Amino acid sequence: MILTDLLSERGWLLADGATGTALFNMGLQAGDPPELWNDDRPGDIRALYRGSVEAGADLFLTNSFGGNAARLKLHDAQDRVRALNRAAAALAREVADAAGRPVVVAGSMGPTGEIMEPVGALSHAEAVEMFHEQAEGLKEGGADVLWLETISAEEEYRAAAEAAKLAGMPWCGTMSFDTAGRTMMGVTADRLPRLAARLDHPPVAVGANCGVGASDLVRTVLGMAGQNDIPLIAKGNAGIPKYVDGHIHYDGTPALMAEYAVMARNAGASIIGGCCGTTPTHLREMRAALEATPKGPPPTLDEVAAKLGGFSSEADGTGGAAPARRRGRRRG
Amino acid sequence: MSDEDEIILSELDDDELVQQMFDDLYDGLREEIEEGVNILLGRGWQPYDILTKALVGGMTIVGNDFRDGILFVPEVLQAANAMKGGMAILKPLLVETGAPRVGKMVIGTVKGDIHDIGKNLVSMMMEGAGFEVVDLGINNDVDKYLGALESEKPDILGMSALLTTTMPYMKVVIDTLVERGIREDYTVLVGGAPLNEEFGRAIGADAYCRDAAVAVETAKDFMARKHNQMAAG
Repeated sequence: MILTDLLSERGWLLADGATGTALFNMGLQAGDPPELWNDDRPGDIRALYRGSVEAGADLFLTNSFGGNAARLKLHDAQDRVRALNRAAAALAREVADAAGRPVVVAGSMGPTGEIMEPVGALSHAEAVEMFHEQAEGLKEGGADVLWLETISAEEEYRAAAEAAKLAGMPWCGTMSFDTAGRTMMGVTADRLPRLAARLDHPPVAVGANCGVGASDLVRTVLGMAGQNDIPLIAKGNAGIPKYVDGHIHYDGTPALMAEYAVMARNAGASIIGGCCGTTPTHLREMRAALEATPKGPPPTLDEVAAKLGGFSSEADGTGGAAPARRRGRRRG
Repeated sequence: MSDEDEIILSELDDDELVQQMFDDLYDGLREEIEEGVNILLGRGWQPYDILTKALVGGMTIVGNDFRDGILFVPEVLQAANAMKGGMAILKPLLVETGAPRVGKMVIGTVKGDIHDIGKNLVSMMMEGAGFEVVDLGINNDVDKYLGALESEKPDILGMSALLTTTMPYMKVVIDTLVERGIREDYTVLVGGAPLNEEFGRAIGADAYCRDAAVAVETAKDFMARKHNQMAAG
């Protein structure tokens, strides 16, 4: 498998940056699903992919984040799941094959947006079916690996793992740790690699994407490191979004993201990229910094905060330092 | 559960029972909450007192621990579900006894915004706190908000946006309310990841709510003020 081969050859890989925020800059209208552009504006999607590849990314994600039936249904496009995912991956395959060096096409699969049983209404079987349909489309289009991202619930992670197995595809899976250092659903950083390793069809790599800022993300990687041997992924946002004259602006500079990339690798990540707000300009500096800097010891939290900015919460999301839960009297 | 742990709700006095219901809400035990509500009704409690003292009181603790990063969404949803079990019993009785309603909210993500999980959480937690919620879903233009305000006559309008590109639409809606002279008829609460208090003030909302727990607290605050004004007036 190209991803594991490249990783063992090189030791680290540069992943891509933002998709959504890049498409907005290309004229995507708020409210429109980006996945429709795979059919309607393939030239722009190719340009998006090329931006990452030309900036030195070894791996990039397809434009299929919201390409599951639950999300596309909001635009009455639930019947186009397979075709839109196939198109997303086929355009990516074209760009990767023309790169003149090995580049991994990672088929992006984002959350369904639904809350799963037992607390929500979406059943495991329904979630598996949705992810499976998307996975088959990505596979047909030529994705090398499936790339589950921005997940917050363990149940959803498991459903996607099963779908990847049904599709016969290797996969990677990252969660978004944005709530007091944990995911919205309370998954801790140290828990994710452990739960991934116990899956029937374990991922090739696990990690964190999006969330709050670059500093929180490196702290999450420190929390994930050392649990087991699964390679770790870091895909952090280029700082924090700021509202400037009606435009999206992430405050993370290319220099800051270069620092972040080096720190994420020192913290234990071997696949390093960006998320929202990360442009090809950021990626170029990240690549240069990773190439120019030898891997060092894991940074302390103070070093992370000093170089990348303060953390959004005191709790580091490993569960160790979390405030105590009120004790119920009934069932433990 | 061992015999020692067994708690017979009907043997507790009123104060102990209310405390136990706080614990049971915290643990998301729907059947126990339903039982507790029925016991208090049997003891002659007013439905409105059960709602505010036992249920809303318990959900306040849940909300605080959610805000403080001790509880996370799954636990909060289970607590809200237990609360709804109690509400289902109380709702017809509240209407019958002419009790003041907790409040009603119309909520939706603004035009252009398809990110609804935060809005869904607010809906569920507001229902958990005893509010009636009318969820307009995603991608609402100003006409849809206005139509719902007219037909539903809520106390509160909630707008949510995740994208920096869609946040400004909240101002369009609020400006339209001002133009029509109905802005003061509603409490307008806004929320969503990229927003902040400064933005909330700038567009003329009553408040920005950082998360679902804050939304509930803020909504309760505004409802209390409204009741006080009505009492004073």
